[in-house]
Amino acid sequence: MSSADHFWLGKLNWDSIVFSSFLHNPSVSEAVASAAGSIVIFATLATLGLMTWYRVWGMLWSEWLTSTDHKKIGIMYIVFALVMLTRGLLEGMVMRAQQAAAPEGFLYADHFAQLFSTHGTIMVFFVAVPFLVGIINYVMPLQIGARDVAFPVLNQISLAVTVSSGLLMMISLVVGEFSTGGWSAYPPYTGADFSPGVGPDYWIWAIVFSGVGTTLTGINFTVTILKCRCPGMRPFRMPMFCWTALCSSILMIFALPPLSVAALMLGLDRYLDFHFFTNDLGGNMMNYANLFWLFGHPEVYLLVLPAYGVFSEVFSTFSAKRLYGYKSLVFATASIAVLSFTVWLHHFFTMGQSPTINIVFGIATMLIAVPTGVKVYDWMATMYRGRIRFTAPMIYAIGFLILFVVGGLTGVILANPTVDFQVHNTLFLVAHFHNVLIPGVLFGLLAGYNYWFPKAFGFRLNDKLGRLSAFLWIAGFMMTFLPLYGAGLLGMPRRSFSYMDLTFKPFMVVAFIGAMVILAALITIVVQLIVSVRNRNQNRVPVGDPWDGRSLEWSIPAPVPSYNFAQLPRVTERDAFTEAKEQGYAYQPPKVYRDIELPKNNSLGFILCVTSGVLMFALVWYMWWLALASALLILGAVIASSFRWESEQVISASEVQSDTERWLGLVKKSQAVDRDFENTPQNTGYAKLEH
Amino acid sequence: MEGNTAINNPSTNPGDTPGALHKDPDVAIFGFWVFMMSDLIFFGVVFAIYITMIGATAGGPGPRELFDFGSLFAQTMLLLTSSLTVGIATVTMKHQRSQASFLFWVVLTLVLGLGFLVLELYDFSAMAAKGGVPQRSGYLSAFFGLVPLHGLHVTFGCLWMLVLIAQIWCVGMVDIIKLRFLRLALFWHFLDLIWIGIFSVVYFGGWIYG
Amino acid sequence: MDWKVGSPVGFLQLSHPALEWRFFHLPRLTLVFLFFLPFLLSPGQVSAAESFLVPLGPIAQEQKTHFLWVIALTMVAIFPVFILVPVILIKYRRKKGHGIYAPKWESYGPLELMMWGVPFMVILVLSSMLWRATSRLDPYQAVEGVLPPIQMQVVGLDWKWLFIYPDLGIATVGELVIPVHTPVSMTLTSDTVMQSFLISALAGQIYVMPGMTTKLNFIASKTGETEGENTQFTGRGFADQKFTVSVRSEEEFHTWSEQVRAVGIELDTATYHRLAERSTRRKAHSELATAQMPAKAIYFTLPNLQLFRDIVMRYHSGKPLSIEEQPGTEKFGRSRDAVKDAQP
Repeated sequence: MSSADHFWLGKLNWDSIVFSSFLHNPSVSEAVASAAGSIVIFATLATLGLMTWYRVWGMLWSEWLTSTDHKKIGIMYIVFALVMLTRGLLEGMVMRAQQAAAPEGFLYADHFAQLFSTHGTIMVFFVAVPFLVGIINYVMPLQIGARDVAFPVLNQISLAVTVSSGLLMMISLVVGEFSTGGWSAYPPYTGADFSPGVGPDYWIWAIVFSGVGTTLTGINFTVTILKCRCPGMRPFRMPMFCWTALCSSILMIFALPPLSVAALMLGLDRYLDFHFFTNDLGGNMMNYANLFWLFGHPEVYLLVLPAYGVFSEVFSTFSAKRLYGYKSLVFATASIAVLSFTVWLHHFFTMGQSPTINIVFGIATMLIAVPTGVKVYDWMATMYRGRIRFTAPMIYAIGFLILFVVGGLTGVILANPTVDFQVHNTLFLVAHFHNVLIPGVLFGLLAGYNYWFPKAFGFRLNDKLGRLSAFLWIAGFMMTFLPLYGAGLLGMPRRSFSYMDLTFKPFMVVAFIGAMVILAALITIVVQLIVSVRNRNQNRVPVGDPWDGRSLEWSIPAPVPSYNFAQLPRVTERDAFTEAKEQGYAYQPPKVYRDIELPKNNSLGFILCVTSGVLMFALVWYMWWLALASALLILGAVIASSFRWESEQVISASEVQSDTERWLGLVKKSQAVDRDFENTPQNTGYAKLEH
Repeated sequence: MEGNTAINNPSTNPGDTPGALHKDPDVAIFGFWVFMMSDLIFFGVVFAIYITMIGATAGGPGPRELFDFGSLFAQTMLLLTSSLTVGIATVTMKHQRSQASFLFWVVLTLVLGLGFLVLELYDFSAMAAKGGVPQRSGYLSAFFGLVPLHGLHVTFGCLWMLVLIAQIWCVGMVDIIKLRFLRLALFWHFLDLIWIGIFSVVYFGGWIYG
Repeated sequence: MDWKVGSPVGFLQLSHPALEWRFFHLPRLTLVFLFFLPFLLSPGQVSAAESFLVPLGPIAQEQKTHFLWVIALTMVAIFPVFILVPVILIKYRRKKGHGIYAPKWESYGPLELMMWGVPFMVILVLSSMLWRATSRLDPYQAVEGVLPPIQMQVVGLDWKWLFIYPDLGIATVGELVIPVHTPVSMTLTSDTVMQSFLISALAGQIYVMPGMTTKLNFIASKTGETEGENTQFTGRGFADQKFTVSVRSEEEFHTWSEQVRAVGIELDTATYHRLAERSTRRKAHSELATAQMPAKAIYFTLPNLQLFRDIVMRYHSGKPLSIEEQPGTEKFGRSRDAVKDAQP
């Protein structure tokens, strides 16, 4: 806290704006930074302009920003994740280009370091987490037959702080610089002495606030799954996806606090001269490593478990068969969740502890391979004696199955301290976790996106383009990351902005070409969305069951009415909807129509999004008056909202009745479609049973 | 578990309300338990850091120079008593005694909580006078990372109580207020529990091993 | 129940041999091809001498062997996936598939047992290997050798490594020379942020941290040159933080140490301060090295044999270390235009 800081503006001045560095030093590296900043500014202005032009503000406010509907919140999460994915992916491209162009290169070392720091932070906290939280938000309450999550306003608040910390990441592109300390932000490098700028502060606040959001989400989902299931939905009748969502939510509750503690302690070191992790006065950076990975490893499983859940649904639906080994899968999921807390030390085998400790953590790590292997075999057995349809979600799933075992193999390799001593911190490690996170997590989320899109919007995505995108992802992934295994084995450290040894060059060139293929895959996703929206009238599935689905979410119209179920279902079997179709009691009207109470719209989330964003920005730039003001506003808003007594709105029984009868009429008129024609306009969402 | 059942939590005594309870109160209470579980992990991690930092005084003042067990005893008594009073308030609510007697116990809890905070701040300033500031050493950083974290929780608890009192003044003892109070009481007991941990690990443990 | 479990390998029999070949081999061939593509592309310059895949000593050799064994054993569990996934996809594809359809088949005891049992057995074997290898290759454990070990002290600086030979009274930057067949016993620390010290061809890496020491023991079994590096990101000069490692015969090593002593400059406090500034090895070389020293190395003689201890103990003085006194920060030493240091 230097006294030179301005009272109103804190550390902020004209030189903090990205364009100013470009004007001072017009180089390629600064040009790339300025271009990124411009994209953020123009994209924001263009979006705001278009929304004003089309006069959607009122609709946006009343239908989306203040909505407490889990479905809309889920969709907003996913939109946010896709925007962040685009940024993270472009950053990956630039890094690959730099390494392919090295030793000449075109980026400054510091710029490259900011790129890998934001890339990692964004991909983990602002792509993978919001994407999976979005999918769980949309799907899980439908699958367990609930009207909403347990705490709808809390859900909104989680979204609010996640988005505001994501926006903070975006602001760091334009104002000031981001941390250069990687996504794990190890002190003392990120401490005040070695990183005196605002970079690590951006990281700290983005992590702390999004961490709060994720923790609250975890609490919300856990309570929803444990307490809000529909009649008859016993734990062992829940779809597999709900089990993985439950385990993942429990991990959120337990794993996020260590991260928040680590980040806040780093903040105390930086802001108030504490000595948790400093070099002098008894600080101990090893504590940070322990805290960070005590979060970091469960985090990996937090991300991948819901993806396993999606794959379970996809394999079973597109093989038209029951999920093989359901109980095994549940047990495997739970044991992965438990084991994930016992392995964090494998992220620093090389810190000099005794071999006994390394052995214990090494073996614990390898043990996780057992339930994971069981899962892979179970999915194979699910396809065995099925009728496999190669739709886009299925292509992702198959790509995952093959590539994920490669990631599993390299995971087992890394679990051996002996080998880890060699390949730790090299590109081998980078290749490994991308191998787990891209085929494992991202493919799962994209498969889920293709799979549940018609449920959310009422029309199917173009499957041909979906498949193309999946193939491009698979090919792009292989070309980008398999060479990194090789370069890592040859000793190329991660986070190298350049290298002198030309041995690495061909690896980097191939990886760059692969990155271009991944970019093509992303563009295909965008094209697919545009094409599908344009052709939506031919692809509508109003009846709601485009894939011959097996769980409850397919038993209701698409898009889903705000109250989800006209009458809460009563479940007697696993694969409840398949059972209903086979027994002939699907598409039955409720015996009695009742009024349905739903949570009212609430502007608290939006207010918290803005105020927490301002608070974070003020903290980063040492604008104490603004920080205090926004903190008081947050407190005031929360207290004020606790004085709202009417939190419910009622949907009248007659409205529910007319909706439902219109839909049931449609069902009667619809032709049951054979699976051979599921990607043709004939498919209106009424599935013919498989025999 | 067969879906949402009627309000069956004996201690809420549902009555006429603005703000009907749309959900099983169990869900709200259970949700709060889960939140406390997460908070407990938060505390647990900070405790662990404190334990690893007990020796890291870097030549600065340590537990033996800094702790005032007389004041700590008083703080402990205040907090334990406040746990008792909040418990009595819960019982008063359960048996539908008068609103005044309920409020009496809540206000008493609030006063005890504030008394605890005053003593704690007094302790901190006494420590600072002896050179015990968090900037001095890793050990003191860990101390000031943990104990004020509890104090901050107590502060929020007090604020919560104030808000509840204001709300009771506005709308009376309606269901949703009862439910909120039940959670506050849980929270308050939880802070008591954390304090016992702080007392035994931070103060006693520090004194013995520091 | 409209399904039966036939012979355990029954479903392996395919109806279209041509298809079978394609589906079997295409994905795997692509994988293999992609993996080796970069090797093919590099015209004769694959000099993997910096890797443990071309070991210069028994530790790296054992690490390599262990690495290959882990791959081989894990294959037991994952090879079936590579084979069976394409087979299942062909046989049970909806269009033109010829398999039985058993939509309600969801569990089969012996199969479940195999699914849990096989990976468990593999992990069991791997665990016992891990146990033995990890205890045997503990970097803290002295290596057995005929000759007495050579003691070394290593200090991580931004962005170079300082190698101290306390018994010889010399120190170097940018070049590590060790005698062959002699156990090397290193004690390491950092005088800046955390770094990770790796000489891949000889031994695994170990972190170095300020105010703390770690240990690394290894032995070289043949003469040759390789490269060592820091693998933990430490800022803009990080990518340049490499050094040459030269394993020489006893006599050559002796000659070399004499030469260092002859041409080395004194590593007194002032010189150490200049060396510890945030600069790349090249920059430090241009500032400190004399004409008699090699292009990439700086040689020192040691007036203070306690230098290493002093570096470690400075963090335990009980006094705060201001940013001006902390090597590796921008404010340490004189102010300088370090920004352009590491640009390409």
